Amino acid sequence: MAYEKDINHFIKGDGLDSEREQTIGQHIGYRYDVNLVPDYERLTPFLKNYIETMGWTDLNWLEDVHMGYEESRPAVFDRNINGWVTIPEEIDLPDNQQDRDMIARELLIKFQMSPKHPMVDLRKAYAKF
Amino acid sequence: MAELDQAHESYELGMHTEQLSGRTQQVFFSAEESGNLVYPWAPVVDFEKSGEIDAESLNQQEVNAEIRRLMSEGIGTITVRNPGAKHSLGVGILSRLNLHFDGSLGYFGCGLLDGPNVTVSGRVGWSCGENMMAGTVLIEKNGGSTFGAAIRGGDLVCKGDVGSRTGIDQKGGTIIVGGRAGAFSGFMMQRGRMVILGDAGKNLGDSMYDGTIYVGGSIADLGVDAVEGEMTDLDREWLTRKLAQYGLEAPNGVENMTKIVSGKQLWNYDNLEPTEKKLVL
Repeated sequence: MAYEKDINHFIKGDGLDSEREQTIGQHIGYRYDVNLVPDYERLTPFLKNYIETMGWTDLNWLEDVHMGYEESRPAVFDRNINGWVTIPEEIDLPDNQQDRDMIARELLIKFQMSPKHPMVDLRKAYAKF
Repeated sequence: MAELDQAHESYELGMHTEQLSGRTQQVFFSAEESGNLVYPWAPVVDFEKSGEIDAESLNQQEVNAEIRRLMSEGIGTITVRNPGAKHSLGVGILSRLNLHFDGSLGYFGCGLLDGPNVTVSGRVGWSCGENMMAGTVLIEKNGGSTFGAAIRGGDLVCKGDVGSRTGIDQKGGTIIVGGRAGAFSGFMMQRGRMVILGDAGKNLGDSMYDGTIYVGGSIADLGVDAVEGEMTDLDREWLTRKLAQYGLEAPNGVENMTKIVSGKQLWNYDNLEPTEKKLVL
């Protein structure tokens, strides 16, 4: 699907494209384009700071992070907990996928690095070293 | 996003089953609460402080323990001399670090990384960067088979040739091969990007679900459900930037690379399927 469709396809529509999806009333697969590469013109100051801190020159693993949807609410997937983190309702979301992806990346870092992240307790309980 | 209309044909037929969805985590999160840029448990290291390990008389567990000890002392740049192609060196590092191996690594080198920048001046054996989560790994010479198996994130770069099944079960991240890649590269790839600047072996991208493979040389043949995709400006910009980052160039220019994607004919993600099977059976 990469880019044959509008980058903002899943913002504008319901994702029911194929005949099969229309029949079952549910989009098949992710409700974002997993192959969409980031637009580096849209990096946020927080992400620039993160990249510099880690000693990288680009978004590295965050290139694979996009804003998706969980139960029709904007959300970002956290691989460390194998679950979706819903975007706080008070955040105004831009109208395009690239800017939304940057927000998702920033929020995911803040969530993963927080002392309240579930991994902190799991680590206390199970870490071997 | 537009709400999905649940009143569809399938409901009238009584075939609807449970939704396939992940588990939502929202109670923990406030966007303002964390300014951390590294994991809370990660050692605080300074890239300007450097240390050295001579691995000649150490086994792999001792080398890895020594790396952790230096990190706990705040050392952010570590050089390992005489790695001697020992297996499983530099694995499971979950924080920022500059790590240099002056020599070659054996099997499963640099696996399970989440953050560090690693360079290897020699070669690597099977499954280098296996299950890598984040960071960069740069290999100056050749790599063995299953290079970047099940990689989830980060950049895994080999300037030379790599063996077969490169990026098998790739779930994210970027694998870059400066030379050739063996048969079944990109097998069962699920997402992420693979860049092969030289020739690709047989069955490239076999049974890939998603993700993108870019090839600069010739392709022996494509695997099941791997099809040629259309290069876009974003692809070209991304390739140019990423290759320059590691001092690499496409032999005929990025504009002449071939893009391979999933044909998605093998997709059968469908929460009706079990119910339908029951009806049929």
